Amino acid sequence: MKIAVCIKQVPTREWQPRLNDDKTWIREADASFEMNEPDAYALEEALRLKEKHGGEVVVCSAGPSRVAQVIREALARGADRAIHVEDDGLASADAFVTSAALAAAMKDEGFDLVLTGLQSDDQGFAQVGVIMAEKLGLPHATIIMEVNVDGSSLRVKRELEGGWFQWVAMPLPAVLTIQSGINQLRYATLKGIMAAKKKEIRKAAAPAGAAAKQKIVSLYVPEKGKKTQIIGGSPAEAAKELVRRLREEARVIQ
Amino acid sequence: MIVVVAEQRGGALNRATWETIAAAQQLGGAAGAPVAVLVPGARAGAAANEVAAADVQEVITLEHAALEPYTPDGFTAALEAALEQLDARYVLMPHTYQTRDFAPKLAARMDRAIITDVTSIKSGGEPAFVRPMFQGKLTADVVPQGPAPHFVTFQIGAYRVDHAKKGASAARVRALTVDVDASTVREKPEAPFQQAKQAVDLSQAERIVSVGRGIKEQANIAVAEKLAQALGAEIAASRPICDAGWLPMERQVGSSGQTVAPKLYLALGISGAIQHLVGMKGSSTVVAINKDPDAPIFEIADYGIVGDLFEIVPAIIDAVKT
Repeated sequence: MKIAVCIKQVPTREWQPRLNDDKTWIREADASFEMNEPDAYALEEALRLKEKHGGEVVVCSAGPSRVAQVIREALARGADRAIHVEDDGLASADAFVTSAALAAAMKDEGFDLVLTGLQSDDQGFAQVGVIMAEKLGLPHATIIMEVNVDGSSLRVKRELEGGWFQWVAMPLPAVLTIQSGINQLRYATLKGIMAAKKKEIRKAAAPAGAAAKQKIVSLYVPEKGKKTQIIGGSPAEAAKELVRRLREEARVIQ
Repeated sequence: MIVVVAEQRGGALNRATWETIAAAQQLGGAAGAPVAVLVPGARAGAAANEVAAADVQEVITLEHAALEPYTPDGFTAALEAALEQLDARYVLMPHTYQTRDFAPKLAARMDRAIITDVTSIKSGGEPAFVRPMFQGKLTADVVPQGPAPHFVTFQIGAYRVDHAKKGASAARVRALTVDVDASTVREKPEAPFQQAKQAVDLSQAERIVSVGRGIKEQANIAVAEKLAQALGAEIAASRPICDAGWLPMERQVGSSGQTVAPKLYLALGISGAIQHLVGMKGSSTVVAINKDPDAPIFEIADYGIVGDLFEIVPAIIDAVKT
């Protein structure tokens, strides 16, 4: 089975946001980056499917040169080769532009299955996988918690809200967006890191004419909805004061 | 015209539809555009009659065999055909898991803009849609590009059900028919099910102590459990903790877990990703303890302590006992 996994490089969880001068994007020079977490689960699922059914795992990423870091990491974890759609404009691209870039680079590969995370931790559109399915003309399912492949058919467990699930069957090839927690992630071994250095990374240019369908006119630190009372002091002082306020002001404990 | 796409299953309307109607009324008021509610399904009548109570110009049922059960192929084909017959400037939907499954496909099929997870609208001139980015660390004002209709989905809880204005009399209900070939639907869904009976009903809890990534390792859960015991609280967690198996899935709070509204919600080491916040923002009093002063959880907390939870929690337990 030939499986594609689309991964995105996003700022780390510890990153403190800084804005660029015109306040429409972040100051990337200040950021450190990592693999988008749901995409890491999609990669792991692809590696498990390959171990079970054989075939190939190809990791695809659309972004500036810096995304080579997460591509290398995916190759070290076990992906066989990579496609990098490289363009500086892809750093802040919307879901249409990103999907167009990925779909164009993947369309002649004839993948049986395309996996990606359900959304990214940066822009958080939750759109790229679904738009890609439409552009590739493939059926899809989103927020997937289990993947079973049997010959040319696919049966997946889709998460619904509030603890409900649903099995959905569809023919291959197909696109799935993977939920975090579907499996236990593996980490790269030293052997994997060494092997990754010899693996192929095909560079592709972003397709011309993919226009953005949304524009960020202003980016800012959120206005606080509630007036949070920050309680200072030593741990013991802060704890004592918190308990006093919960008893006397909020009256929610005895 | 502004079209709200209602969500219903078996005639039961998803309450988030009312939130979207409230958003549509605000947008319609600013843009001077009437609001219509489109109700797709195999039997849309009951849900259509329910939303007809809203102050909207009309309710439109869209009944077709390809709409039941829900599939992204069926919904995309039927809604594209329906929207071709309606002169919509905006198409609004609640940001439910179902919307997330088909709306980007529909927008891509029609080659139109889609802005997701919107929390408010800035009107006055060209409307801008406000949405969280970077896990809620930043907020963006976003403007759709290209020709109408523009698709917009609204975060659950961003608009209030009781802010949807009701009409003086029931709105007109009319039916729209579309020609869709049901054999083009490739996805074959089975009946929804619940994994296990929810043994723990956190929705009734008066006090909840909830743990997030900041707890660092499984052994440290005991620290939070001691605090819960001291406060007479239930223990709960954000998704990563349950994914790791440190607490059972049934104790997960958030969009994929339980929705809670206790008197006291004490968040330990929870950064406050949107998916978690939607499950607990109805709590009366929120306390956040986190080492990161910029964690989004502080935006909705009533009381906050910035610091090391492993020093602060034992001190709270001591303070409660005295």
